[in-house]
Amino acid sequence: MKSSAMRDMMAITARPEVISLAGGLPDTSTFPPETFAAAAARIAEESCAKALQYGPTDGLAETKDCIAEVMAAEGMRVDPEDLMVTTGGQQVLDLVTKTLIDPGDVIVSEGPSYPGALNAFKAYEADVVQIDMDADGMRIDLLEETLARLARERRRPKFIYTVPSFQNPGGVTMSLPRRQRLVEIAHEHELLVLEDNPYGLLRYEGEAPEPLYAIDGGVFVMYLGTFSKIFSPGMRLGWVVAPPPVLEKIEFGKQEADLCTSTLSQLMLQAYFELSDWRTYVDSLTGVYRSRRDAMLEALYDHFPAQAQWTRPAGGLFVWVTLPDFIDTTDLLARALGENVAFVPGEGAFVDGRGRNAMRLNFSASGEDHIREGIRRIGEVIKEQVALYGTLTGELPAVSEPGERGRPAGGVRRAAADEEARVVRLPRRASEARRAGGT
Amino acid sequence: MSRVAVLKGGRSLERQVSLRSGARVEDALARLGHDVAPIDVGIDLVRRLQAMSCDVAFIALHGRDGEDGTVQELLEILDVPYTGSGVPACSRAMDKVLTKHLLLEAGLPTPPFFSFTQTAFRELGATDALAAIAQRLAFPIVVKPSSQGSALGIKFARAAQDLPGALVAAFSYDGRVLLERHIAGRDLAVSVLDGPDGPQALPVVEAVPREEDFYDFEARYEIGRTEFVCPAELPSATTQRAQELALATYRLLGCGGFARVDLMLGADGELAMLEANAIPGLTETSLLPQAAEAAGIGFDELVERILGLALA
Repeated sequence: MKSSAMRDMMAITARPEVISLAGGLPDTSTFPPETFAAAAARIAEESCAKALQYGPTDGLAETKDCIAEVMAAEGMRVDPEDLMVTTGGQQVLDLVTKTLIDPGDVIVSEGPSYPGALNAFKAYEADVVQIDMDADGMRIDLLEETLARLARERRRPKFIYTVPSFQNPGGVTMSLPRRQRLVEIAHEHELLVLEDNPYGLLRYEGEAPEPLYAIDGGVFVMYLGTFSKIFSPGMRLGWVVAPPPVLEKIEFGKQEADLCTSTLSQLMLQAYFELSDWRTYVDSLTGVYRSRRDAMLEALYDHFPAQAQWTRPAGGLFVWVTLPDFIDTTDLLARALGENVAFVPGEGAFVDGRGRNAMRLNFSASGEDHIREGIRRIGEVIKEQVALYGTLTGELPAVSEPGERGRPAGGVRRAAADEEARVVRLPRRASEARRAGGT
Repeated sequence: MSRVAVLKGGRSLERQVSLRSGARVEDALARLGHDVAPIDVGIDLVRRLQAMSCDVAFIALHGRDGEDGTVQELLEILDVPYTGSGVPACSRAMDKVLTKHLLLEAGLPTPPFFSFTQTAFRELGATDALAAIAQRLAFPIVVKPSSQGSALGIKFARAAQDLPGALVAAFSYDGRVLLERHIAGRDLAVSVLDGPDGPQALPVVEAVPREEDFYDFEARYEIGRTEFVCPAELPSATTQRAQELALATYRLLGCGGFARVDLMLGADGELAMLEANAIPGLTETSLLPQAAEAAGIGFDELVERILGLALA
């Protein structure tokens, strides 16, 4: 899906001199080393042999208790029988797809989607149909239209994939009414939904709408959780909650893939949950990320030209920026790398060639100074391209300078939702429709 | 046995390919019994080369710095022999515009083109000449950065309204771009390898798109969408002509050791040169090693030959 050239280019983003707003990394430097040491010491003392041993395929009972606690914090009740511990959330995407998808089967997803999920879907040759989003998340009206169209074509989607909270890469959150309607649709059509919720607890403002899983009660909604963003991605700990017949198949798949999730990781998690209050750590992360998000939004207003639009996430890790459609963000990345700054071009988040004028920016992995400087540099190269395009077309669109364009009332904390509505949705361009038609 | 510094990686956009080329060369050199010192080139390159005593540098770098004569210049100063072309040939081959001018002057075929810097558009009103350019070249027009080594930034303008966007994209990679007449036809590559009897053109490789009915220009560089056939199935006269042209280009640019010349075979049977690469890829899927293999030269032999030429 991704061109080899672009993948090659992403290799440079890892160079130390590059300010990378490209990754999706949590800032693990905020984790207290003494807690890590205490947890490790405790395992050495109390459960060394167990830590070094295989474990059950569905995970240790203690891990499931931790999972139940985390899910309860978001208003969900789960029976440990219905869940399985996995090697990170990514394994859930792989196992669910492997279990449910035969080549050519349809998966409905948001557009843009998490590229890692698209890769998993494509590995099993699924046909991904993407539904546009606006400021309230997936457009349920378009979902219904799409389901009707697919029904006419006698194609029944195997499941609907969604990241309803602080979507990756869109940054938007599905409203409660849409969540309720989505669950209704799942019941009406007897359709499975895979709710991917890695960031739900990283909320920087406002009230959390109920998770789909809580609304549905686990009938049609499968739930994907992860400790990657609230504890550690290096531990590779995730989980899936699914109806028993599906879960049983997923367990076979897991047995085949890696027998069990790392026992050491699971015991580290358990010791961590016992030795300290994980909520306190999540609160500290939330504080750090909120400031970084604000720094990024401020910098975007200061340094990006008027032609750029972006989402304003109330949580999570990402801002999604849409540029004028004459800018190709893969080429822009090459230019930006020359200024030692990186982002993720939007192309990989779509299956139909859209997203070429969009980019995903991460604010969790860099300090505020780096974020400001990185955004300034990207803003410069965008302005350069906007000006050049103006010269080439003879139109000379004005590039707004800082201060020229008033900030929205109440500063960056209150941006117009209708603006956001235009941001995530990327209308198909004629040339791209042609391109998409052939695939 | 020699102590060989293998230069790879670096900051070029082709870093990843270079790391793969380098790794493969290192394995071959080790098999051949050489003492291998891999270097991912960076700010400490000169210091590292000064600190170690190597007999020769194998340059497995692609794109800016590694393929444009910069690293070669540093090795000249440090008095370290190196593989491949020297500074002048690297400088010429990296610059597609210069290469095309040299080809035209030498009477060698290359598609008609025009070339401009950003400044020409910003300060000299080159925009006002776009219509005339389009008229001379006729759509579709290929727009490419003058000095980008890989396929990055190469755009295909089907109509006048595509030109500004294509130019903005190409200018992302270089301050100079060229607009070139598109030759509809077959994509060929001829590698040249120096040897005891002088430079020799290797069998022709053809890049064949997998999806004939759906094929757009950018897609040919995506994984799995192109298949390489070597030797290309061509009339023997065409093969011979392609090899002659590649050799003539190699000599014209003053290349040394090895190089790869990319050509188009038009529907009218005419060949035209697009560019020359001073350090083509050396990975498992790269064209030069495939062509060498087809000529009965295995990868180890290829590496040994290239190294030997540097030490000769």
